[in-house]
Parts: sequence; C-alpha cells; structure tokens
Amino acid sequence: MDIRVQHPAFDVADEIARLHAADSGVGALVTFVGYVRDAHAGVGVQGMELEHYPGMTEKSLAAIVAEAEQRWHTLRISVIHRVGKLFPADPIVFVGVVSAHRADAFAACEFIMDYLKTQAPFWKKETTSNGERWVEARASDDEAARRW
Amino acid sequence: MKVLYFARLRETFGLAEEEISGPASVTELLELLRSRGGVFAKELDAARPFRVAVNQEMAAMDSALQDSDEVAIFPPVTGG
Repeated sequence: MDIRVQHPAFDVADEIARLHAADSGVGALVTFVGYVRDAHAGVGVQGMELEHYPGMTEKSLAAIVAEAEQRWHTLRISVIHRVGKLFPADPIVFVGVVSAHRADAFAACEFIMDYLKTQAPFWKKETTSNGERWVEARASDDEAARRW
Repeated sequence: MKVLYFARLRETFGLAEEEISGPASVTELLELLRSRGGVFAKELDAARPFRVAVNQEMAAMDSALQDSDEVAIFPPVTGG
C-alpha cells in the first residue's frame, strides 16, 4: 500500500500510472478524488486549513487500507490526503485501487473513503464569508461507514 | 503522560499539549481536566462529542493509562 499525507498537490495521471504499473494482471482501476467546494451549508467558502495528527493519521489510514485488503481481492491501493491551506477546486484526497475485477476495486475504494471520513484524524477549518469555522462531523458520514 | 489537543479543542484550550501525571484511566484524566472548570469543564462534558486516542489508537473511556502513554483528545474527525 502507498499512504501519503502531504501538503503538495498530487497528479492523478501519475498516480494512475503508478497504480497500474504496466501490470497485465490488472483488470480494473478505480479512483476517487475529493475536492474543496466553494460553498458549504449555503455559506461561501474561500479556503480551508486541514489539520492532522502526525503519526496517528498515517497509522489510521494504513489500518483502513489493510482492512480493505482483507475484505476484497485487490492488487495495489494508494491513499493520498493533503493537509495545510487549500482553496476551492483544490484536490484534497485521492484513493486508487487496482484489482483483477471491477467489483473489488469499486467496493474497496468506497469502503476506504467511508472509513477515512469517520476514522482518520483530520479536521477542516473553513474560511467563509462569515469568518472562520471548524467543520462539524456529519451523521450521514457515520451512517455511510456503518453500512460496511 | 503527554496529553495532546487538536483542532477546535486545541484552539479553545489555547494549548496543543501538556504533561500530566497520575491518572490511571481515561475517565480519571477527564475528571482531572474537568475539575479545572471553564472551557475544560464545558468542552469535556460527557454529553460533548469529543474522542480520545491512547498511543495513537482510538480508546474507550475506561481504558487504563500509564504515565508513559501519549493521550490525544479531539473533536470528531472531518477529513476526506
């Protein structure tokens, strides 16, 4: 697995090439990219600061990926999460999964995102037209993670 | 033990980390912090939705603690 927590942007094409790795056993490659939106709950967002818990964040992501590897037949998985100051339209998170068959890659990718959102220690503080605010956790994210 | 605070709690307490010795469980540590009153009593009230990690693993409130442990207290996570 490849787990990275970093400020710099990632290049989706590079990440896909790295995951595929010219491996003719790969039958499916699924990616998810999350972006900063310019509005949240009806309020304009100018930017956000992403905070994490160095050490625990990486361990938590590795544990989530390890669980996905146990549950589905995957070949390689990459998770990249950005931290620091980000702006609308910036990519925040990348999850990529390759497998022989698409069902495993789709399921593993969705599982990783649902668990990442509820388990991995990251916190968003938005700068809005009304000032700064810490984003509150959403019950719908907990429900999404409980499905698995 | 080293006690770390993150995100909104770090800002509200005006503190990123501190050294505390004595508490034998997460419950005891929280009682000690609440006894300071003010923002500590308010934010760490049992009805508030904070989380606790011990040695970088999510922990239950009755988890045992040693002075060599790293404890972190933070709001529910909002990454992704």
